[in-house]
Amino acid sequence: MTDAAATSPPSRRTWSPRLVSLVFVTVVVAVLPLVFPSNYYLRVASLVWTSGLAVVGLNLLMGLAGQVSLGHAAFLGIGAYAVAIGPTHLGVPPIPSALAGIALSALVAWIVGKPIFRLKGYYLAVATLGFGLLLALVLTSESAWTGGPDGMPVERVELFGWRVTGALTWYWITGVALIIGVALALNLEASPTGRALRALHDSEVAASVVGVDAARLKLTAFVVAAVYAATSGALLALMNGFVTPDTASFMHSVEFVTMVVIGGMGSVVGALVGAAILVALPQALTVLQEYETAVLGLLIMVFMIFLRQGIVPGLIGLFRGMRR
Amino acid sequence: MAEFLQFAFSGLTVGAVYALVALGFTLIYNASDVVNFAQGDFVMIGGMSTVFLYATGVPLPLAAIIAILTAVIVGLLLHRLAIEPARGASPVTLIIITIGASMFIRGVAQIVFDKQFHQLPAFSGDRPIEILGATLLPQSLWVLGGGLAVFVALWLFLERTLIGKAVLATAANRLGARLVGINTAVILAIAFGVSASIGALAGVLATPITLTRFDLGTIMTLKGFAAAMLGGMGSPLGAVVGGLLLGLIEAFGAGYISSVYKDGFSFIAILVVLFVMPRGLFGGRSVERV
Amino acid sequence: MSKLASRLLGLGVSALAVAGLAGAALAADPIKIGSVLSATGPAAFLGDPEKRTLEMYVERINSAGGVLGRPLELVLYDDGGDANKARTFATRLIEDDEVVAMVGGTTTGTTMAMMPVFEDASVPFISLAGAVEIIEPVREYVFKTPHTDRMACEKIFADIKARGFTKVGLISGTDGFGKSMRAQCMAVVGNFGIEIVADESYGPTDSDMTPQLTKVKNAAGVQTVVNPGFGQGPAIVTRNYAQLGIGLPLYQSHGVASKSFIDLAGPAAEGVRLPSPALAVAEKLPDTDQQKPVVVEYKKLYEEKTGQPVSTFGGYAYDGLHLLVAAIQKANSTEPDAIRDALEATAGFVGTSGVFTMSPTDHLGLKVDSFRMLEIKDGDWTLVETGG
Repeated sequence: MTDAAATSPPSRRTWSPRLVSLVFVTVVVAVLPLVFPSNYYLRVASLVWTSGLAVVGLNLLMGLAGQVSLGHAAFLGIGAYAVAIGPTHLGVPPIPSALAGIALSALVAWIVGKPIFRLKGYYLAVATLGFGLLLALVLTSESAWTGGPDGMPVERVELFGWRVTGALTWYWITGVALIIGVALALNLEASPTGRALRALHDSEVAASVVGVDAARLKLTAFVVAAVYAATSGALLALMNGFVTPDTASFMHSVEFVTMVVIGGMGSVVGALVGAAILVALPQALTVLQEYETAVLGLLIMVFMIFLRQGIVPGLIGLFRGMRR
Repeated sequence: MAEFLQFAFSGLTVGAVYALVALGFTLIYNASDVVNFAQGDFVMIGGMSTVFLYATGVPLPLAAIIAILTAVIVGLLLHRLAIEPARGASPVTLIIITIGASMFIRGVAQIVFDKQFHQLPAFSGDRPIEILGATLLPQSLWVLGGGLAVFVALWLFLERTLIGKAVLATAANRLGARLVGINTAVILAIAFGVSASIGALAGVLATPITLTRFDLGTIMTLKGFAAAMLGGMGSPLGAVVGGLLLGLIEAFGAGYISSVYKDGFSFIAILVVLFVMPRGLFGGRSVERV
Repeated sequence: MSKLASRLLGLGVSALAVAGLAGAALAADPIKIGSVLSATGPAAFLGDPEKRTLEMYVERINSAGGVLGRPLELVLYDDGGDANKARTFATRLIEDDEVVAMVGGTTTGTTMAMMPVFEDASVPFISLAGAVEIIEPVREYVFKTPHTDRMACEKIFADIKARGFTKVGLISGTDGFGKSMRAQCMAVVGNFGIEIVADESYGPTDSDMTPQLTKVKNAAGVQTVVNPGFGQGPAIVTRNYAQLGIGLPLYQSHGVASKSFIDLAGPAAEGVRLPSPALAVAEKLPDTDQQKPVVVEYKKLYEEKTGQPVSTFGGYAYDGLHLLVAAIQKANSTEPDAIRDALEATAGFVGTSGVFTMSPTDHLGLKVDSFRMLEIKDGDWTLVETGG
């Protein structure tokens, strides 16, 4: 992969940083299967891509708009359970179900977001947390629809009689979804909306003075983040063939926030690095057995103490500092 | 009537535990703007250390004191090794550090202790006290009394002692506090130490009722944080009222409406309160810092 | 995003990939057995004894010469109770570790998430989780060792009927175990002419159930109370039950058939009945009981080695591992398909949970009568002679 990074065109000096990020993500997704020894690695990478998709979305809300959500996994849950419930209980095929789930997620975000975004700081955080817990509670309690705490199976996707299964297939599906998600996020960042959001992050008062509609913008970021999460949830459920309420749990929400902050708020590549670390690290740490939780906690602390901007921006800063 | 009273007893007992955790949140938040997600783990350290010391034959009161001191040391170390080196980082970064700390403490606890549930004997017996047809365990009085004592002590500390006033000054204006010669790092360390001791005390008092386990911290953090927000972050009175209210809503919700959606009622109540009073019941101070 | 950032990310990703690769070392000779357990997280009190049991017995089997003259190698992963993680580890066992069979799956949720991986790979999977859905409908490669929750309900209701009660109050946990058992109890209660007059629940982390129990107590005509659940919930229910002075017979489930339940619930546990595998009353079994030597030996070893009271959950792992070893020996092969066929042909295997006799339509192989009805007297389990 270092080769891959090195072989990207020499003309990139003239490329915009955003294009470099996109090309980089595309190259990584394209090259990894060539070096993976088994399907297990494809599986882990697919998980990084799906988590990454949700984290890229959450990063728009946190990094750009500066708003923290402690209930983001709820939207993942909506997407995941849509593809589970649609085919099983309503007779809707998986793909329309997924689209309906994503739309529903956007609608819920819009309805919930309107009152919630009048709150600020930790109060916003606890309101999103409450929303997330309520949704998780419904998923756990309404067993007739959701299978309860043990979850429910998800029908396999069939396209023109072809059953979509296999690690490599899902690697490409999730990888392409991630690339599209990254491209859209980078575009949004550069758009007038993105600039307005950034202005909002720096100073809400100043932004509103120059005519930025703060409430509306935050709501937009929230809805977009919800769409990313629901897409990620739907992909995860279809790939696994099974969903449990864990998908929407508080701990999962915290995990997403941690991914954003560890990778580096406001950085799309950072979001992916954050996702990669929290998904892949526990796999690498299995050798530690009993000590895994403690070491993971320790690593999170160390990362945040020494790279408080997050890994990607932090390392860039360190590198620049060294060159000077 | 008996039914109503029974629900109230249940809610107050559970609520007092939430209130103690919320008080711990409040203190650290006041001194540093940090929401300490390892707060619930102090409760676990208090309970589990007492259980394991008691099992080796240490008398219960001594075991409890050692357990609380252990938690204080952990709290001070948390401040010294993790929060202090990251001084000046954004609150979100600091929160993630405390989340990492929580995982670390939990990870160590499952090795040092074990992964099973544990209990402690009630301090003054198991014979329920009957009041108008409802029953109350003597241990509930310990928890309620402990909550009240901590609240009063904390209030006296903040309002009547020089150090306490320094904490409040630091909370109000860090730069100003530094200018008048307050060592804000020491104040922060004191806040972590006291906060840890409150959490651990909650763990000691509640374990005979609630039982304890290495990962009890997660749920305690969640409920304590919710209680603190309901009351209004930064207000000790808010923390106590928020905690008790949360417990009561859960108990009455489970008793009169539906036990399935018990936890749902508390969060619906929090959302409603926040929509009407965006800074919680007693929160006045601006919190635009995330 | 600068070019530097992308270069650094490249380095990071390759470092991670290398770290993952390091775990893939292979040794050809040992027989690889996989296990994914919830050794940490909310279900750790189940997964931990399972893990200890598997590690302890693999070591014992190896020091006694192994199986088919080859040592066993246990590849064990901890899913932390997360179904998604369990699924990933299942893939890892199949694709990377290439195990011949798997004993694991602490909860029904993780088991259900892992099942498709083993079915697709045609590798036998012996689950340690309770719900009846795991073996109904029968899946070719999936087996399990614990009694089903439906059997527990039947055993309890039979005992209630024998005592002449007809009106039951139910209070169940909302965790997977409690909810699944509640559903099964609702499904079979009609067969016993018993009526459910109260149906309350509590969350897995709740610390006070007096409101729910007050409602159960005040339900019209309630004669006895059943509490499907595991973990801390049943202990707190039992304590609150005594606090409220309800005084009616209380039934717990096989989910708490361990000495630690009696310790946690304290004196309040006196008179509580529950269905349990023979393990909980190992020494009290009559000498004629064919399970006695097995359960006494396991209990002694486990308690000596770990210093903790034995639990039925560890027993499930014992059964799973020994069923598998027996099947490998019988098949005289480590081919997954041969092991599967041998497992399905298990007959008269004496384990801690009962005597297993499997068939193509029964991948559990236990009957309701392998449950014993126990009552807590003077702080210890006693066998109840009467009842179903």
